[in-house]
Amino acid sequence: MTTEMSGADILIQALNDQGVEVVFGYPGGAVLPIYDALFNQQRIKHILVRQEGGAAHAAEGYARSTGKPGVVLVTSGPGATNAITGIADAMMDSIPMVVITGQVGTPLIGSDAFQECDTVGITRHVTKHNYLVKDPAKLGDIIHEAFHIATSGRPGPVVIDLPKDVQVATAPYRRTNTSALPHRGYKPAIKGDLTAIEQAIELLSKAERPMIYTGGGIINSGPAASMVLRELVKLTGAPVTSTLMGLGALPASSPQWLGMLGMHGTYEANMAMNQCDVMLCLGARFDDRVTGRLDAFSPHSKKIHVDIDRGSINKIVRVDVPIIGDVGRVLEDMVKLWKAREYQPRDLKPWWNTIKTWRDRNCLAYPASVESGEIVPQHAIRKLWEATHRQQPIITTEVGQHQMWAAQHFDFESPNKWLTSGGLGTMGYGLPAAIGAQLGNPKALVIDIAGEASIQMNIQEMGTATQYRLPVKVFILNNEYMGMVRQWQDLTYGGRYSSSYSDSLPDFVRLAEAYGWKGIRIERPDQLEQGIADMLAHDGPVMVDCMVAKMANCFPMIPSGASHTDMILDPAQVSGVMDDEAKALV
Amino acid sequence: MHIQQQETERHTLSVTVDNEAGVLARIAGMFTARGYNIDSLTVADVTEDDSISRITIVTTGTPAVIEQVVAQLDRLINVHRVIDLTERGNFVERELALVKVVGTGEHRIEALRLADVYRARVVDATTGSFVFEVTGSSEKIDKFIELMGEIGLVEVARTGVAAIARGKEAV
Repeated sequence: MTTEMSGADILIQALNDQGVEVVFGYPGGAVLPIYDALFNQQRIKHILVRQEGGAAHAAEGYARSTGKPGVVLVTSGPGATNAITGIADAMMDSIPMVVITGQVGTPLIGSDAFQECDTVGITRHVTKHNYLVKDPAKLGDIIHEAFHIATSGRPGPVVIDLPKDVQVATAPYRRTNTSALPHRGYKPAIKGDLTAIEQAIELLSKAERPMIYTGGGIINSGPAASMVLRELVKLTGAPVTSTLMGLGALPASSPQWLGMLGMHGTYEANMAMNQCDVMLCLGARFDDRVTGRLDAFSPHSKKIHVDIDRGSINKIVRVDVPIIGDVGRVLEDMVKLWKAREYQPRDLKPWWNTIKTWRDRNCLAYPASVESGEIVPQHAIRKLWEATHRQQPIITTEVGQHQMWAAQHFDFESPNKWLTSGGLGTMGYGLPAAIGAQLGNPKALVIDIAGEASIQMNIQEMGTATQYRLPVKVFILNNEYMGMVRQWQDLTYGGRYSSSYSDSLPDFVRLAEAYGWKGIRIERPDQLEQGIADMLAHDGPVMVDCMVAKMANCFPMIPSGASHTDMILDPAQVSGVMDDEAKALV
Repeated sequence: MHIQQQETERHTLSVTVDNEAGVLARIAGMFTARGYNIDSLTVADVTEDDSISRITIVTTGTPAVIEQVVAQLDRLINVHRVIDLTERGNFVERELALVKVVGTGEHRIEALRLADVYRARVVDATTGSFVFEVTGSSEKIDKFIELMGEIGLVEVARTGVAAIARGKEAV
């Protein structure tokens, strides 16, 4: 007979058995038994955030940078609802996460009790799966199953709602073997269908204008997938583009790298997508920001789509060869088959010559910063890259212009170094994500490239960095506007800047100092280098308020409702008005 | 600007799921969240140990939407298996309706006569009303209800569709 443990102790023991090292959380009435159990142990480090939303994003940053699941612990009611944005963000970007929410005691459920909300109901659509645990005897199995579901297949967040009485009640606990717990309805496909893989390789080898389009799935599959991708890229000689989420899978220094695609992608990547004859999509999902106008999306290509999620196949774009499986494993099979059959790619010179003419447009060019004039934001990011890239920093971002400029101008050489909110587009993601990444990678240089508007959405997490002595750097591109909103107002609404001005900004330098951080202000181009050097030289957290050109917009851009071939390359092409169809589209 | 409509098809899906609290909410919620239609939905436990329920869903959508409905249902952790019976072809579907008709004299006689034609059974009768039980395809029930509408129909309760593939193969 095994000895009985309280639900709270079962939770801690199960987390230990899962190898959990860090939990991001915030205490409250409905999780007090768990916090008491945490108090009595040393193995799990609890990171006290300043708001539960910060805990969820920090867990995302931890997960994305380490490949391990992020764990969140929050109380019932407002604790759970505050965490929802981060949970939804993890769902959209397929981030493995286990969220434990406290709940009022089972007899009170449904009675509108203090700090009660229907957490399972609210989170149903923003989780991969969720549980309400009513029996402590089932808690252990549920926790192990939750970790299995969160981390396998297409990863995602799993919520475990734990009523207070279940935390106190006792039951036996046994360490369950996750593989012994296969849910009858849950069998993620790992190996792709070999016939389809053969077909794909055949198509690729015969392609005159092949194109490889990679996504976050490669990062999720693990660093090995990026390595095999590099091999396949070499074998096929094909050009490669990536979604926002997939940056780093192929080194930006590779001669076959065309840059990011989509709305703010490069001219060459979008043109190559449009003109290719065989497209190999690896762990990406044809997001609307990637495809632009659907009826004009890559009209001449045979499409191969590798995805672990059957629901992603034929959801938006119909493909010719669907392959359901883990992209890393499918890539391995592709490389093996390519070598075994001794395939040689066709002569791709004409295709590369065409690509060169597109590259020669130099679409990411930006005006040089004039000495003592305004700082060009792209220039600031490039300077940051120059000063830091040898250290292989982890870059997080908020959401907006600065995010797109970072994606365009900060080159990544390896996976798990780029953490950004892609699917949900959550302003306020970057600072807590940087905190999570720093905890998972204590020796790494972690920089949040931010905007002055986004950073204020979770600015309270500065206190978390101070408390745990996390030397994160926040580099704010401050243009005093919600820049991307203002850009769309420029493009679509005749420059009527409805509520997009960042009024009443705090003094970020003094704010930093108030939190015990170092604050640095950069106002002129000639201060950039020294400012960045000072930021890097400080061994604690630093906030840099980098004042940049106020009216700069992010190009290239595929405007709303346009196709890959209709890119706006510079501000002179902006008309300022758009018809209703385009306005309604994206 | 106007929203455009596309050609849709009607499909009957058979879905086996864990017989657990909240599963129906997950399924119904997935349909609303993704903007799919549920024309009818029936659910009942079909195993001796009460572990598995079978849900029959009738949905309409473009072929691409139907394909997504199946894939998205399949993604739910509690869903074991999804079968598009319409896609497979060769299946039986039945629905049951209870139909209350009020009337006197000639209307009563006509109601009974029609009920006989449609093989509907009288399950309740008063001097001024009948309740008929009618089973069959949804179209047959639609037709029966339409006819009763001319005679004195006051209330209808329908079960929604239950469906199963023909032949000896079990799903």
